[in-house]
Amino acid sequence: MELIYDGSMDSRLFKDILGKTIRELSEQDSDFIYLDADLMSCIGTGAWACENPDRGINCGISESNMIGVACGLAATGFKPMVHTFGPFASRRVFDQVFLSAGYAKNDITVIGTDPGVTATFNGGTHMPFEDVALYRTIPTATVIDITDVPMLISVLKQCKDLPGVKYIRVGRKNAAKMFADGTETPIGPAITLREGKDIAIFACGIMVHEAMQAANKLAEQGIDAAVVNFFTIKPLDAEAVKKYARQCGNVVVAENHSRIGGLYSAVCETLARENTAKIDVVAVNDEYGEVGPQDYLQKRFGLTAEHIVETAQALLK
Amino acid sequence: MDATLKKGLERFALEIRIGVLEQMKARGFGHVGGSLSITDALAVLYGSQMRVDPKNPCWAERDKLVCSKGHAGPAVYAALALKGYFPYEMLKTLNQPGTSLPSHCDRNKTPGVDMTTGSLGQGTSLACGMALGEKLRGHDARVFLVVGDGEANEGQVWEALMFAAAKKLSNLVLLLDVNGKQLDGCTKDILDTLDLHAKVEAFGFDTVSIDGNDIELVYNALERTRQGGDKPYAIVLNTVKGKGIAAVEQAKSNHSMAVSTDQWNEWLLSLTAQLD
Repeated sequence: MELIYDGSMDSRLFKDILGKTIRELSEQDSDFIYLDADLMSCIGTGAWACENPDRGINCGISESNMIGVACGLAATGFKPMVHTFGPFASRRVFDQVFLSAGYAKNDITVIGTDPGVTATFNGGTHMPFEDVALYRTIPTATVIDITDVPMLISVLKQCKDLPGVKYIRVGRKNAAKMFADGTETPIGPAITLREGKDIAIFACGIMVHEAMQAANKLAEQGIDAAVVNFFTIKPLDAEAVKKYARQCGNVVVAENHSRIGGLYSAVCETLARENTAKIDVVAVNDEYGEVGPQDYLQKRFGLTAEHIVETAQALLK
Repeated sequence: MDATLKKGLERFALEIRIGVLEQMKARGFGHVGGSLSITDALAVLYGSQMRVDPKNPCWAERDKLVCSKGHAGPAVYAALALKGYFPYEMLKTLNQPGTSLPSHCDRNKTPGVDMTTGSLGQGTSLACGMALGEKLRGHDARVFLVVGDGEANEGQVWEALMFAAAKKLSNLVLLLDVNGKQLDGCTKDILDTLDLHAKVEAFGFDTVSIDGNDIELVYNALERTRQGGDKPYAIVLNTVKGKGIAAVEQAKSNHSMAVSTDQWNEWLLSLTAQLD
């Protein structure tokens, strides 16, 4: 796994990669089928779906029905992948995903775009800080927060054939370059991006970039921080959690999500019986989202490298 | 309709009713009203319409039933047992610990049950996905979807109907069990659904309304759903909740009933007497 992180941004947009990968998966596997709820234009699949109406199904603005239809297709042997914005892919369809997919064992992949503050100008109504919390409660579900382009491609390919309910949260804009093109990121194991002995920063999604920047700043202060990418929030790599908790004795969890129910909760649940580390969190407090540019929202909700540095310093005092 | 076939289906319906009561007698309680209202339609479906093989319940190209009013599971189970999907004696395990026959239909537990239902409304979308899947695979299998009139309170039902018509799912047959009652009372008092025939027709379904407890009318209505076209089919079944047991039909609250073993036995006796 080749790490190419230098802090620079990838010029490619997630939305273009999503659309391209969905088209490629359809070409590779005749059982693959993609459904959307009137948001095809947001990930560049609209024109392709018009030409391939048997594999690109626009369900209109009816997300609950879309989940059920996807599950019915799964029951007839298809491998459905559905897309809508994060809040509608989680809150709005939770009972349908829980029962029609999970309980009934109809295997589907759900892509929720614009997680957390990446919903920017769509504002509070479209800003899911709770989607991970909801999906984590579905027995045996797979929950993933995407960091970069190669990871998105790798995860989409894996999810197509993975049993169960799979939830992928990913933005539509661009992100920092993390891994070399072609890198495969097997679902499950956490990825150590930087070794360290004083404090471990566990991060996912857009917060991995912030964590890497924070680690650089901490290094300038003589603090040796490890950075571990927990892009698979469920099933959580509990061994990696315990290993770094023991190794560093201090853990900061950073996520673009509510501090209730997400990666921080999962880490705390894992370490509750360990008593090996002090833990703190950089995440959204118990509040709703609001409208604005992403840099403003990251500051407003405390999701920057500076917040990670401050939290780490306070833990080490 | 052939007289022998009609007689056979009427007897099958009677046997399903007996099977429903046997299940509830063993546990002491159950969703008796909605199971008995849909019994005649299930008898016609499993007795004459559905292309199924009880020895091969997972045969991909079989016709499929989605009982979206999942609480009518006992009626489906009785039909399946009588068709030979599993031993009749198993009916007596309804809702017992570790059973294969839970209150609500579960495709992973019961041989012959094609889809898991129970959270009302969800079966409608599932059936649409299955019907679409059969079409995309080039199968001529059909999907029969049973929805209750109380269930029609759920918004998801109408999302699914819109989808079925827009995608021209002519291999989907909606059977709307209009028994006029839901858990808390009469549908017209709880949340009046008004004219369901007009609504379903307006949503793009080829729609007929009949007495849903009349075997011949149900048979004829289902026969005419074989003609393809570009519309999904709907049959509005005007039924009686608790049909077949006068005391249940007349009970003010008959969605789920708990009565004594003696009472179940008395009702069973009234049905078995009609077998001869």
